[in-house]
Amino acid sequence: MSATAPVIDRRSPVPRARVAPATRRVTQVGVFRSEWTKLYSLRSTRYALLATVILSIGLGVLASALTVSRWATMSAADKASFNPLNTSLLGVEFGVLAIGVLGVLLITGEYTTGMIRSTMTAVPKRLPVLWGKAVVYALVALAISVPSAFIAFFAGQAILSGQHIQIAFSHPGVPGAVLGAAGYLTLVGLFAMGLGAILRSTAAGIATFAGIMFVLPPLVSILPASVANSIDPYLPSNAGRAIMEFGHHANTLSPAAGLAVFAGYVAVVIAAAAVLLVRRDV
Amino acid sequence: MIEALNLTKRYGEKTAVDDLTFTVKPGIVTGFLGPNGSGKSTTMRLILGLDAPSGGEVTVDGRRYRDYPAPLHEVGVLLEARSVHTGRSAYHHLLALAQTHGIPRSRVQELISLVGLDEVARKRAGQFSLGMGQRLGIASALLGDPEVLILDEPINGLDPEGIRWIRDLLKSLAGEGRTVFLSSHLMSEMAVTADHLIIIGRGRLIRDVGLADFVDEWSANVVHVRSPEATQLREAILGPDIRVSSDEPGVLEVQGLSAEEIGDTAARLGFVLYELTPEKTSLEEAFMELTRDETEYRAVVPTDETSAGVDRQERIAA
Repeated sequence: MSATAPVIDRRSPVPRARVAPATRRVTQVGVFRSEWTKLYSLRSTRYALLATVILSIGLGVLASALTVSRWATMSAADKASFNPLNTSLLGVEFGVLAIGVLGVLLITGEYTTGMIRSTMTAVPKRLPVLWGKAVVYALVALAISVPSAFIAFFAGQAILSGQHIQIAFSHPGVPGAVLGAAGYLTLVGLFAMGLGAILRSTAAGIATFAGIMFVLPPLVSILPASVANSIDPYLPSNAGRAIMEFGHHANTLSPAAGLAVFAGYVAVVIAAAAVLLVRRDV
Repeated sequence: MIEALNLTKRYGEKTAVDDLTFTVKPGIVTGFLGPNGSGKSTTMRLILGLDAPSGGEVTVDGRRYRDYPAPLHEVGVLLEARSVHTGRSAYHHLLALAQTHGIPRSRVQELISLVGLDEVARKRAGQFSLGMGQRLGIASALLGDPEVLILDEPINGLDPEGIRWIRDLLKSLAGEGRTVFLSSHLMSEMAVTADHLIIIGRGRLIRDVGLADFVDEWSANVVHVRSPEATQLREAILGPDIRVSSDEPGVLEVQGLSAEEIGDTAARLGFVLYELTPEKTSLEEAFMELTRDETEYRAVVPTDETSAGVDRQERIAA
């Protein structure tokens, strides 16, 4: 759609800013506001967040419905290994992809379009921008993923109750796992954002993110079992997934340990991004 | 006031900015002139702290840009090409920049009107024409009502009306005592906009000169002559201190004689003249010659840097 030609105001002297500039300065709060404006004003952000919600809820609902329909014909072994909580939260695994891609894009989008030059000219100390993006995205991711996880859980259990195979929210470990799912999604968003800040390229950022989360685990499984078993739980994806795990399994970390390990990865990636942001030319 | 002292930037093997020292004074429009790829944008990035210098330093009103607590109020910037997210509207772009400094929404709206983007402010910037993109850049530069303006190729893509608007705007801003520093690869534009010129080539300073002085220096009179007997006429008028060049048959460019003198000579000898036009060496030509000089020089002797500066100055003076 072509825009109409702009009309020029010929009374050209520039109006002076009304508030005395001396009272103003770049503040972290101001940068938070700025990053929030940047985030909500992009269509791609809204789509990616919507995709996160739909995938997280929808696939859990679908998995629950399939289980209910197949329950009568399922083998005893399948029934024994069935986990109502995990089934309802199955979609979170796919929400990870959407929230991770958005995390990468929030940073690399600025580099690919040249926006980063405007951003860093307004905030030449640079680091407040990284903190601003991280905090704003973490809050948005929480605001999206907490309701998503709860809706996925309750919708899934409602469907599973058709065969009386649901689990109650009051069951020990369940509230932690549901909140853990939201925490996992949020941390994944930050992890991907850090990768985007280090790599500065959308293609490289998404490829690296997907590689770490989805390609690394099957690669590790090729290794001899003794080696694979000791590495596997500490992979970012598995450590992150352990946060929403219900009950303790062999070869997985406890939720608390998983949270600590995955948060550690996030901290390392963000710290590396911060160091590079200050050192490199924009 | 912008002060660069021995400013140098190397990217690997390539030296983009080479020992630049200059001062941009307030109250006038200073043109930063050089061919494409001569280091203008890099210099501006160094001023803004987007890139760190490999050597030397540059300050704005005595401080490094990044040390300002509220840089948008000190320096307004129109960056190279577009530095805008293509998916975001002009309004939200400006708002996001304003919010970092706590600048109110009313100021954002005011600037959108000033640059004439009211009707398209909510459209995605990716749909903007080059000219509208430049207007958006100007709006972001003026957001903080800064004392110093740094504009990289501001007239690129603007229509004639837009160019005149920018020119008037910059002059009025300089008239208020602000420092205005704009880059261009077009001498013709600088000639009508700038009061002072800083000319670079291959990252090196070629001239730092007032526009009036530069014009005087290069305004050797040239007379454009068209005649079917150009060859004979050329023989007749040649003499000491008179240069005659010819780019095409039947046309002469004569330096060192007035149009009257050439006309008299032609009449006396009975030569037919089709055209006899006094011209001034265009500043564009002067600029081309200056920067060509630099290019040739660099091609011949790529090493010793200090003697290069002296040598070049002599050649220009000669």
